[in-house]
Amino acid sequence: MAPEPPLLSMSGITKSFPGVRALDGVDLDVQAGEVHCLLGQNGAGKSTLIKVLAGAHQPDTGTIRWRGEEVTLRSPIAAMRLGIATIYQELDLVEHLSVAENVHLGHEPTAAGFVVRGKAARSSTAQLLERLGHPEIDPARLVGDLSAAHQQIVSMARALSHDVRLIVMDEPSAALDPDEVDNLFRIVGDLTSAGVAVVYISHRLEEIRRIGDRVTVLKDGRAVAGGLPAKTTPTRDVVAMMTGRNVEYVFPERPTTDATAGKPLLEVRGLARHGEFEPLDLSVRPGEIVGLAGLVGSGRSEILETIYGARKPSAGHVLVDGRALRPGSVRAAVRAGLGLAPEERKAQALLMLESVTRNVSVSSMSRFSRGGWIDRAAELGAARAATRELSLRPDNPSVPVRTLSGGNQQKAVLARWLLRGCRVLLLDEPTRGVDVGARAELYAVVRRLADEGLAVLLVSSEVPEVLGLADRVLVLREGRVVHTAPARELDEHRVLDLVMEGSPAS
Amino acid sequence: MTQHASPPRDSTGKVPSAGAAPGWRGLMARADVRTLSLLGVLAALIVIGGITKPDEFLDTRNLQLVLTQGSVIGVVTVGMTFVIISGGIDLSVGAIVALASVWATTVATQEYGFAGILFTAVIVGVGCGLVNGVLIAYGAMVPFIATLAMLASARGLALQITDGKTQIVTVPSVLDLGERDAYVLGIPPLVMVFAVVTIIGWLVLNRTTFGRRSVAVGGNAEAARLAGIDVRRQRLYLYLLSGLCCGIAAFMLVILSGSGQNTNGNLYELDAIAAAIIGGTLLSGGRGTITGSVLGVLIFTTITNIFALNNLQSDVQQIAKGAIIVAAVLVQRRTASTT
Repeated sequence: MAPEPPLLSMSGITKSFPGVRALDGVDLDVQAGEVHCLLGQNGAGKSTLIKVLAGAHQPDTGTIRWRGEEVTLRSPIAAMRLGIATIYQELDLVEHLSVAENVHLGHEPTAAGFVVRGKAARSSTAQLLERLGHPEIDPARLVGDLSAAHQQIVSMARALSHDVRLIVMDEPSAALDPDEVDNLFRIVGDLTSAGVAVVYISHRLEEIRRIGDRVTVLKDGRAVAGGLPAKTTPTRDVVAMMTGRNVEYVFPERPTTDATAGKPLLEVRGLARHGEFEPLDLSVRPGEIVGLAGLVGSGRSEILETIYGARKPSAGHVLVDGRALRPGSVRAAVRAGLGLAPEERKAQALLMLESVTRNVSVSSMSRFSRGGWIDRAAELGAARAATRELSLRPDNPSVPVRTLSGGNQQKAVLARWLLRGCRVLLLDEPTRGVDVGARAELYAVVRRLADEGLAVLLVSSEVPEVLGLADRVLVLREGRVVHTAPARELDEHRVLDLVMEGSPAS
Repeated sequence: MTQHASPPRDSTGKVPSAGAAPGWRGLMARADVRTLSLLGVLAALIVIGGITKPDEFLDTRNLQLVLTQGSVIGVVTVGMTFVIISGGIDLSVGAIVALASVWATTVATQEYGFAGILFTAVIVGVGCGLVNGVLIAYGAMVPFIATLAMLASARGLALQITDGKTQIVTVPSVLDLGERDAYVLGIPPLVMVFAVVTIIGWLVLNRTTFGRRSVAVGGNAEAARLAGIDVRRQRLYLYLLSGLCCGIAAFMLVILSGSGQNTNGNLYELDAIAAAIIGGTLLSGGRGTITGSVLGVLIFTTITNIFALNNLQSDVQQIAKGAIIVAAVLVQRRTASTT
């Protein structure tokens, strides 16, 4: 007897977009009941591959076999009919519809063919949510009112509302807290023991160790390794395959001089926002990097945005060089020398239709203009100098910013503030969407900027990043600072304990 | 000769200054596919006009007429282009033109002569733009709603002022500008006004901080705000600019028709939006060109003229215009996805 064919077998998949060969002959085998992890840097082709699998893209060449039979996934609906469901990183939920309506979108239970049976939809949704360990989510609530973590649960409930045999999860843990991640892994375990296959995409190697069965590594549109054992392949080897390098995180050396000696450049006194975070005091000196560690929902981003004036505080002040800023005014903050690299780079920082030059110069236009008239040669020269200083690639500021990788887009944002002559840099999740290889470089850039006298306030959900980069760390829990200490006196376990238990060392 | 084989460097600003030929070649190299295709469409229309009505279409007087008709809506379109690039919309342009034209031609205003008419038209236009801008920028109203309300109110006010009657202009210096004697080298003054507005509009959009901010606000308002741009003030200025263009257009219409009527500027909002869209301006904001919009206006006006010369009724014209808008957007989507 022939061995049972794999549930899914993709072979020789190629897909080109104008100017880019996104997939160049990729093979992928997935067995029923396994967690198959897909690894690769940004731009390696992971997203394209799962879109082919979801029926959203048609491959140029290559074959897809489903339980041994060749199939064509003409549309997302065709893929769904076979039992392939995809949970995208950017959740595709309709915010103005309820949880139940989202779960049943496109296949509503109906009476007489078109009358939606709302009650039936709600009760079956409630069952799915319970199965997912979240019975507290009300099926009648609007999805837009839910937290990111709950939205993800809804997205998963939608996948399960079909008769699903394979679920693709694109970085499902990115927006989740550790306990939410545990719940996610429990769900994944339940699914696989029921014979469902999971294709799991993540940047976090430790997750892949925990739940993965096999790993396929993509690099530059090719599968450089297929079906490796997830638990035993050495990290060093996996990282080497992804990057061609042997390192994961390299943090720059801290300066030997003591930065705590100087006068604070940024001071925050009793800053608070109702319902978001409680009165907060902190100060950052020139040359110092201060990190805020905390879970999603602990108020980290809100604190940075309030310091920056993008949100109006309900109490307290922000002082730069001893002078108080007008509360709730971004322009006052920028004028005083603050710069923000926000969490949602594409939505909050970049002008995606424009060139790198214009993205870099947008906050300093008055420097290149007289009477509103822009000196474009001076603008280009300054943008070139600023991007070169950060070794932004490609070394041509005239290219559109959307063609840059995540790490280089972040550098474009930093170059904007560098050019502006910013003295206090607020970094919100600076390496989000930045691949492993480019992170070390970004860390080095941040440290260098601090060494040149900038005060840096850093927020990150990745504890090793805060501990590795910052000089001093403030641990947040539910909008409150529960602990402050030099970074070298803390370790990851200690921080996670503080973050979850909230028991300050006494 | 220097070699121009290097990849497009659109913001270097280093156009070879010596010699006319490389300058022209440089211009062609910089002109994007969209502009060239619009020029192609315009050229094709001229050929069609020349073939179907060789004597009438290519007649100097007819060409002067086409350009003059295009000038009024063209000035409105320049302002509209800025508003759309910034992610907004101005539905009230036609109504503002009507209100400004009747307010500028009341008996009382005409007593102040040329300056009185010009001043009133511009002030009424800017005033309406101010109301739009304040409601949208500081009252957080959706541009569609605020300018729709302005459309209704301004038309109503125009009707109230005129009581439905045509207000004849009796100021000779104004009327003279519409006469053939005022043409310079065969170019009507109104066309020159349009040309000046176009050039200023192009310079403001491409060479000034105002233009950059408009594009930034339209491309990503939140990013613009967090980059330190005063987004609300910019929005206010943009509707003021659109109102100013309407005021100028109203004055041009008064010269052209020798009168002020509350029915002036009917459906200008649709023509101006359509011209901008055909010209490649994204309705969602963040991208658009003055050149494209002006070509859009010229294409529309030329079609109208050719149809009129061939005795095709306005219903056919409207259908054709609709088809052209759809075709232009489809073609643009294709070129956008391949570049």
